[in-house]
Amino acid sequence: MNSLYIASIFIFVVFVLSILAIESKNILKSILFLSAASIFTAIIFVVWKAPDVAMTEAAIGAGFTTFLFFIAYFKVDKLEKEN
Amino acid sequence: MKKFWAIITVLLILFFLGSGLIPDLKIYKQNNLSQKTGKVYLNRTVNDDSPFKEIDKKLYGEANDVENNAANSVTSVIVDYRALDTLGEVTVLFLAITGVIALLGKSKKNNRILFEKPNYILNASSKILLPLIVLFGFYIFIHGHITPGGGFQGGTIVAASVLMMYFAQNNYKLKNNRMKVLESFSGLSFLIFGLLGIFIMGDFLQNFLELGIMGKLFSGGLIPIIYILVGLKVSAELSNVVYEFMGEE
Amino acid sequence: MGEIINYWTFIYGPLAIFLVGVYGLLTQKNLFKLVISINIMDLGVNLYIIALGYMDNASAPIYTAKLAVTSSRFVDPVPQALVLTSIVISVAVTAFVLALVIKNYEKYNTLDLIKIKGIEND
Repeated sequence: MNSLYIASIFIFVVFVLSILAIESKNILKSILFLSAASIFTAIIFVVWKAPDVAMTEAAIGAGFTTFLFFIAYFKVDKLEKEN
Repeated sequence: MKKFWAIITVLLILFFLGSGLIPDLKIYKQNNLSQKTGKVYLNRTVNDDSPFKEIDKKLYGEANDVENNAANSVTSVIVDYRALDTLGEVTVLFLAITGVIALLGKSKKNNRILFEKPNYILNASSKILLPLIVLFGFYIFIHGHITPGGGFQGGTIVAASVLMMYFAQNNYKLKNNRMKVLESFSGLSFLIFGLLGIFIMGDFLQNFLELGIMGKLFSGGLIPIIYILVGLKVSAELSNVVYEFMGEE
Repeated sequence: MGEIINYWTFIYGPLAIFLVGVYGLLTQKNLFKLVISINIMDLGVNLYIIALGYMDNASAPIYTAKLAVTSSRFVDPVPQALVLTSIVISVAVTAFVLALVIKNYEKYNTLDLIKIKGIEND
């Protein structure tokens, strides 16, 4: 089992997770699916010998962007409750 | 009906893009770097037991004249060969953050998001974790030319510590004016080092410091200095984004 | 079988992830879903560019004391540098677009694109 098959399986996982992120009705769930897809992308970058890009993807794509989405969602939620 | 047309459009794009890409599978896996780069790059070696050691012997920990002496090739592409691109990238980041501040900054409805009252353990442990996370971020962008990592990753980790404080404590407030001063200081220093390259060596952002020994902390000339500046700038900018998104009291 | 897996891993998998993002942009009405679709397109493009530089039996492009013998057995470092730039730009764009979404909600009190445009849904 070489690294190629591992990468192909993880790409399939990212594909399924991105479909779930688009098709799920709940916004919070789709933000979490996007974060999971980002983490699996970081794993693929490690398999493809790109540790720099994997670190960037894990810190920025999976960490920071997710929390930006969360804060924006909370803000919209708060505005909705005020009205 | 709408989804049906969307799927048809996506399949058409797949057909045109995919049919154009089929013959190119040969370039994967048997990627021949000798068709892309020069012999000087290919024959660089850092170990004693290499077949090329008669041609170009450079030992890890002893060598001192491998082009820019950064052990991490990605870092040397980003900060040395294509440093002007990095300047543009930092400018794009700055413009986006300016847009965020202009949109959210003076809004009347921009009240602070408050969570359920955090318990004592979360409150105390976040204060213990804060210096450790900041230290880890600094470690990552100081060692960007030796190990994987660099300014952008380390800056994001430092900004993540601000994010953690905002989520754990309801009365925490970032001193955002200091962050703005830090951001403009590091951005200006980046430009000043580039201009020093013009005056001393003749080209923008050209290296004018000693290269040192590959694998040591003080090596690579301008690379660690510029990456530390980029890390400070990115951490200040992303902390400001968190501040603007969470809102002020 | 190996050939099919190669095609899936290096070309059609990243392309499929990109097209999932295009499908989301075409069908979704919620503004948050549109931003999520743009992020998914980013993931696909980044995977494709990294796959261009991949080589079998190569090591990561970092000189170490033990592993790397010569740089001719490195994977190509240039696509990795490009993708690093692209990820950082993507987070900047995401922050700006999310600020626009919040402002939009303050003005129109809705996240639905159809209601913002004032078009009747058929």
